[in-house]
Amino acid sequence: MTQVLDRPVELPAPVSPAERTARRRAFLEWIAIHSLGVAVALFFTLPFVFVFLTSLMSDSQALSRDLIPHTWEWGNYAKVFDTPGFLTWWKNTLLYAGAGTVLTVVSSIPVAYALAKFRFRGRNLSLMLVISMMMLPPQVVVIPMYLFWAKQLDLSGTLWPLIIPMAFGDAFSIFLLRQFLTTIPNEYLDAARVDGCGELRTLLRVVLPMAKPGIAAVALFQFFYAWNDYFGPQIYASENPGAWTLSYGLESFKGAHHTDWNLTMAATVLVMAPVILVFFFAQKAFVEGVTLTGVKG
Amino acid sequence: MSTITLASKRRRSALRTAAFMSPWLIGFAVFFAYPMISTVYFSFMQYDGFKPPTWSGTKNWTYVFEHYPYFWPALRNTLWLVLITVTLRVAFGLGVGLLITKIRTGTGVFRTLFYLPYLAPPVAATMAFAFLLNPGTGPVNSILEGIGIPAPGWFNDPSWSKPALTLLALWGIGDLMVIFMAALLDVPREQYEAAELDGASAWQRFRFVTLPNISPIVMFAVVTGVIQTMQYYAQPLIAGKVASGVIQGAGTQFEPGYPDKSTLTLPQLVYNLGFQRFDYGSACVVALVLFALSMAFTALLMRRRGGLIQAGD
Repeated sequence: MTQVLDRPVELPAPVSPAERTARRRAFLEWIAIHSLGVAVALFFTLPFVFVFLTSLMSDSQALSRDLIPHTWEWGNYAKVFDTPGFLTWWKNTLLYAGAGTVLTVVSSIPVAYALAKFRFRGRNLSLMLVISMMMLPPQVVVIPMYLFWAKQLDLSGTLWPLIIPMAFGDAFSIFLLRQFLTTIPNEYLDAARVDGCGELRTLLRVVLPMAKPGIAAVALFQFFYAWNDYFGPQIYASENPGAWTLSYGLESFKGAHHTDWNLTMAATVLVMAPVILVFFFAQKAFVEGVTLTGVKG
Repeated sequence: MSTITLASKRRRSALRTAAFMSPWLIGFAVFFAYPMISTVYFSFMQYDGFKPPTWSGTKNWTYVFEHYPYFWPALRNTLWLVLITVTLRVAFGLGVGLLITKIRTGTGVFRTLFYLPYLAPPVAATMAFAFLLNPGTGPVNSILEGIGIPAPGWFNDPSWSKPALTLLALWGIGDLMVIFMAALLDVPREQYEAAELDGASAWQRFRFVTLPNISPIVMFAVVTGVIQTMQYYAQPLIAGKVASGVIQGAGTQFEPGYPDKSTLTLPQLVYNLGFQRFDYGSACVVALVLFALSMAFTALLMRRRGGLIQAGD
């Protein structure tokens, strides 16, 4: 029987043996690389999976070596929220992270702008000092700072000693923003000046709209910094559980709940989740920030 | 006439600069210069926060270097972490960065999965690893014993606690991965093609094309890794606290470094001396050691020629 073809058959172009081995090699390489990728992905994701599964176990099962819950105890999360203090810690964390971020961004922008675009004596020295402050462990100056806030201003037991300094520029944010602002061509600024804008107007009207990605990255980093900070709240807030933040309070869970790991892991999930959610909404700005603080070539 | 306007113009521009710089100038004076001078001052004083400080010469310094039982273990731990953890982190970060540039299918998904652990708040990530690696009911040891491998004590065993911290540090490799990925994509393609034409093997291409091109980034990763190790605080502290079973709260004193001083780091000593023993003078001595070490490595980053962060234009 003759097959009736309504379309011309596209014969594959003849493949030379050399090309065939090349293709086979490329295919094997694809398999090897992607299996390695899956293995590495398991290393990165399994900890999250085990933590999440344990957070859903019953009290008795959390004491066993089982990996998968027999009954799914979603109520564990409600119990975490019912823990005295947990909502206060949320509120405090949002205050510290929110107010701190706003203050940092507002106070760091003019400094970064001056360092990026003004020419003045001592500019390089200032920039080197900014970088030095950025690399300085907070523990180096904590003794005099604690004495200052606690003994002279009587503010220990609150988060104010952590929030107020953010109104005076943060070294890391200044550095990151300065790196970003130097990439804006001077022609834009000159054009604005020719049009009769003062420096402040140039900054507000011309530079800020162009610097949005840099500002977003700084805001995110600062938010995460405050969210993750453990040392600050430990020094200034530890004496007053009413001023604890999530990162500081989380640790007390393991002690307060004698029911072993399940509630502690549920609380851990609740501390991790917001950060990861924020990341998904702002992925681009974040990754840009990481590459920007890494060196330029 | 014209010199006067020039002078006034210059004064105006200096004032403008000062105005823009003012938040940081105040911050620098109040939160850096003043406390630094004060830290040096207190390092020569005997002070417990209640009785007025009294001059004690070099007593605090000899105490920290010769009698304080935690100082040398903390320094040894820091050296261990610098040599092993930083090296492994750079190697692993580079490896994962290379892998992600080779992955063709589902790149976005892989990249996000590789990056996510870096975002986990340090306290939460440490709690998670303290659970994952706990010798009693932890999933890791359950699996290891299931396949017949003797399970280590991790955070409860002095010789395994730093390897466990290293594992935690490798888990959060996302920052290095992104930096290395950007650097790898910047390597000029022509150089690879030329090397291939010369018959270079994959290893030779990596050794003679990739590495020379990204070596400034490798240096950057090493130096910032060392600086981060100087500041290493929450992870070793929480791991020690959770593993030792100490409950946080009033009246409980945690002896840092559990198990057997193996997780002590310099920042923990400032806390221990200052806020547990109320020996502010000695705490300031450790703070100054920490300062000197951090600044030495920061200077490496800013070296004028071939510096990694260009301060000038």
